[in-house]
Amino acid sequence: MAELICKDLALGYENQVLVQGLNFEVNKGNYLCIVGENGTGKSTLMRTLLHLQKPMSGTVELGDGLTATEIGYLPQQTLVQRDFPASVREVVLSGCQARMGRRPFYSREEKKLAADNMARMGVSDLAGRCYRELSGGQQQRVLLARALCATERMLLLDEPVAGLDPKVTSEMYRLISKLNEEGISIIMISHDIAAAVHYASHILHIGTEIFFGTTEAYRKSPIGRRYLYDEEEKA
Amino acid sequence: MIAQIAEYMAYPFVRYAVIVGVLIALCSSLLGVTLVLKRFSFIGDGLSHVAFGAMAVSTVLNLTDDMLLVLPITVICAVLLLWTGQNTRIRGDAAIAMISVGALAIGYLLMNIFSTSTNLSGDVCSTLFGSTSMLTLRLSEVWLCIILSIIVVAAFIFFYHKIFAVTFDENFARAVGTRVNTYNLIIAVIIAVIIVLAMNLVGSLLVSALIIFPALSAMRLYRSFLSVTICSAILSVICTLAGMLLSILYGTPVGATIVAVDILAFLIFTAIGKAAGRE
Ligand SMILES: Nc1ncnc2c1ncn2[C@@H]1O[C@H](COP(=O)(O)OP(=O)(O)OP(=O)(O)O)[C@@H](O)[C@H]1O
Ligand SMILES: [Mg+2]
Repeated sequence: MAELICKDLALGYENQVLVQGLNFEVNKGNYLCIVGENGTGKSTLMRTLLHLQKPMSGTVELGDGLTATEIGYLPQQTLVQRDFPASVREVVLSGCQARMGRRPFYSREEKKLAADNMARMGVSDLAGRCYRELSGGQQQRVLLARALCATERMLLLDEPVAGLDPKVTSEMYRLISKLNEEGISIIMISHDIAAAVHYASHILHIGTEIFFGTTEAYRKSPIGRRYLYDEEEKA
Repeated sequence: MIAQIAEYMAYPFVRYAVIVGVLIALCSSLLGVTLVLKRFSFIGDGLSHVAFGAMAVSTVLNLTDDMLLVLPITVICAVLLLWTGQNTRIRGDAAIAMISVGALAIGYLLMNIFSTSTNLSGDVCSTLFGSTSMLTLRLSEVWLCIILSIIVVAAFIFFYHKIFAVTFDENFARAVGTRVNTYNLIIAVIIAVIIVLAMNLVGSLLVSALIIFPALSAMRLYRSFLSVTICSAILSVICTLAGMLLSILYGTPVGATIVAVDILAFLIFTAIGKAAGRE
């Protein structure tokens, strides 16, 4: 059974519909890229998958034993105010908040998990630094470590490489692929269509037309061809 | 000077005032960071005005223990403000402005119409800016303050990590299943209790200063949530003690003196922060 199944999902705000008729599923170990133009509702979809907002109609079901609190999330922008005093260690540790439940303090295992995930993302030496004072790429890796503390199964990433330079971008992609190879399902929003078709196993294209299928099928589909061709044209 | 202080400390009412002052300073500094960084700073301001209105009502009713009225009203308003803030589209700001200014006006009006006091403007002034009433504390008030402080500190320690998570990134907290609304509510109630407590010390207009300045100062020098929290607690206690001593020695108003010391500390911390940053 799939880990995540969306049936006939319609998204929007108030009485304005953004997209409707979304049907897709994510199986264990899949790497799904969500592509589409600005403002088509990609972030809205992700927020719906996380139950941060209600769909206008349709359902989001979790299966294969996955529970809502086992999904790690990397937001598009973390609206952390300037000057927020938070060390990297504190930020990563806050990824364990679901595991902590009602206990008031983090256990030794949770602290170890945070340390392990910092090592995994290569930010161990930044542990004592102030989160706000890191570069964009370092911040993203810290947030990824936090998301990993929340899950061993599924990561939702909203434009994880936005604003990163090409070198850091490809490092980030490699990190994400590595996590995927370790068995974590990935759902990633990206505007980098070339990278999307390179890394992803499945593509969900949102716009006036909707496409869902494997990357291979996407390359061959009219909509995929058009989109990929446009990108090459620009390049 | 030391001898003079020792002499004052011999009086029980001065000792009460010092105990209460230290406890209030400790409590009020704890949620400073949260208040500064969340839109709760508006709530803090609004609530202190509500507390003023409630205080006015209890003065008019001639209640002997005004805490019994002021505390529940302020807590209820905290909950209401938070709730309207989340459920309306025009955020909480307008609602907060309405409630806070409204409470100020109604409170002053009530005091004017019904007050039997011969020194009305003195009464108003002392509710707004704090008064010498610190020196007339009864033992029961001291105990109430001690109990409330213990509750506030215990709640803060118990919910410390949740408060951090919810303040740092509300969306992420919500996504991983933390009950953000519950914790926001807890934060708002704690803030309400702190405000009512602190009003006794510095008066309702200066409450925000007492809560916010130590946190702002600590944030100049420290970079992690824990160190900022600890630093602002210590700083707040020191500044309050210094302010109270100065006001006793020189006969200046307690609240204003404490806030002045807080401001001084802020300037010093800013200077040190700048100097450290330049190296
Ligand atoms: N809270 C909200 N209330 C009303 N409308 C909203 C809200 N959030 C987003 N929208 C609208 O919904 C549409 C889709 O927004 P969304 O953030 O999902 O786009 P997106 O596909 O992620 O775009 P981008 O590629 O720029 O991130 C936009 O037109 C936006 O204006
Ligand atoms: Mg988006």
